[in-house]
Amino acid sequence: MFSLASIATMAACIFLFGLFFAIVTNFQSMVKEAEEGVAVTVLFDDDITPQQIAEIGDRIKERPEVSAYNFKSADDAWEEFSQIYFEGNEELAEGFGDDNPLQKSESYEIYLNDVSMQDTLVKYLENLDGVREVRRSEIVANTLSDFNRLIGYVSAGIILILLCVAVFLISNTVTVGIAVRKEEIGIMKLIGATDFFVRAPFVVEGILIGLIGSALPLALLYGMYSRLIVYIMEKFNFLSSLMNFLPVSTVFRTLIPIALVLGVGIGFLGSFTTTRKHLKV
Amino acid sequence: MIQLEHVSKSFSEGIPALNDVSLHISEGEFVFVVGDSGSGKSTLIKLLLKELEPTSGSITINDIDIRKLPHRKIPYFRRNIGCVFQDFRLLKDRNVYDNVAFAQRAVGASNRSIRQKVPVMLSMVGLAAKYRSFPKQLSGGEQQRVAIARALVNNPRILLADEPTGNLDNNNAWEIMNLLEMINSRGTTVVVVTHNMEIVRAMGKRVITIQKGNVVSDSLVDGMGGDDDEN
Ligand SMILES: Nc1ncnc2c1ncn2[C@@H]1O[C@H](COP(=O)(O)OP(=O)(O)O)[C@@H](O)[C@H]1O
Ligand SMILES: [Mg+2]
Repeated sequence: MFSLASIATMAACIFLFGLFFAIVTNFQSMVKEAEEGVAVTVLFDDDITPQQIAEIGDRIKERPEVSAYNFKSADDAWEEFSQIYFEGNEELAEGFGDDNPLQKSESYEIYLNDVSMQDTLVKYLENLDGVREVRRSEIVANTLSDFNRLIGYVSAGIILILLCVAVFLISNTVTVGIAVRKEEIGIMKLIGATDFFVRAPFVVEGILIGLIGSALPLALLYGMYSRLIVYIMEKFNFLSSLMNFLPVSTVFRTLIPIALVLGVGIGFLGSFTTTRKHLKV
Repeated sequence: MIQLEHVSKSFSEGIPALNDVSLHISEGEFVFVVGDSGSGKSTLIKLLLKELEPTSGSITINDIDIRKLPHRKIPYFRRNIGCVFQDFRLLKDRNVYDNVAFAQRAVGASNRSIRQKVPVMLSMVGLAAKYRSFPKQLSGGEQQRVAIARALVNNPRILLADEPTGNLDNNNAWEIMNLLEMINSRGTTVVVVTHNMEIVRAMGKRVITIQKGNVVSDSLVDGMGGDDDEN
């Protein structure tokens, strides 16, 4: 009866945890995707020599923040530009002939490991010789990394609270169980039952509560999640270009072991420590 | 077998429950412990079971100094001591058979051993026919027999009984005492705390009298009376 209540609470905790986990992992993958598109562009002084450009390239390579970089020659830039703006009117671009109007727009495009490091890198790059300008996507970078951090804190906080509630509940269940079976335990001890023997049923109960209490919400979440993505994608078609939901298997491949370990771990720890406290002597 | 040297036990402040008690009980003895209520008899039993720690003095049982016994070894030590109490302490939700089997399970005995030993114990205490009854369906005397069967099923060398007949009428009290004597005759050392002076006088055993925590007499009582006592 009491264990039913704690299975329910445990299930609620793990359910919320799973919900957050699904949201956070999806969000993080979206943020990651967005981050990968965030680039810092380095433009050079007019009188720069190719050798200097190569030197700057070496400096960039050494930076830990950098995940990838590539050099865009003026021709590359022009080609890209004309592809975008003269699409369908290629002959217009031809008109420029060999006079590249973007003569001075050679650049490095740098991709970062983590947008939050953008500031440091930009400062470093601005102080390099031969660098005219460093362009960055400031707003995107800051919001993304701030949001990421916020989600991290909120989910960590909620998970922590849930853990405490769950541990408290298991401990309560076990305490009640011990109180109910106080007489039996007393007799067992006088007869010569070992501590292990006396504690085992309570610890097993705790583990079972954890196991059932995490398996149920996992199954529920699995069903919900797989249906929800399909539903969202169908109903809100325009979203599919903006965000990519992770497939069920990707989310649950990590969520299932984590939730099970969490549930069983809480069940074990809660009951183990409580029996240790109450069954001394 | 059981040896107490200058054992004292005090709870918080006030008069000690036991004061400088020295005793020696040999293997195979049958001993009565008598005394007023509150004189320290149950405290003595609890010390022997290591339910309580003496404030001072040493207790040796089966050549083990139980003050030095580490916590994890206490269960194994207790398996050598059976105990019964005034209130029987049976599990009300289990029948006679399971109450006795419970003691075997608690020490990790095999199912085979349980199936062998429980019926033997039940027939020894004369309850073989009632093995499926629940405690509330039994008389006080019968319940105490179940408790005795449970105390003995793990073959302890010592049986401690704290007022085993305290809740029983005279007939049942006599039956229980006779059963304890029979158990003693099979080699188990038996220590019985009791108020029933009539039985104590009639049985002619060694009697230890405790008064306010002190052992005031320790003598063999022959069949009829002896040093008279309170109660
Ligand atoms: N756990 C305890 N805490 C405090 N005092 C106790 C405790 N157990 C027993 N006593 C006291 O010790 C004395 C002896 O008690 P007890 O051994 O139970 O007596 P008996 O069994 O001879 O009636 C009594 O005065 C009792 O109040
Ligand atoms: Mg008493």
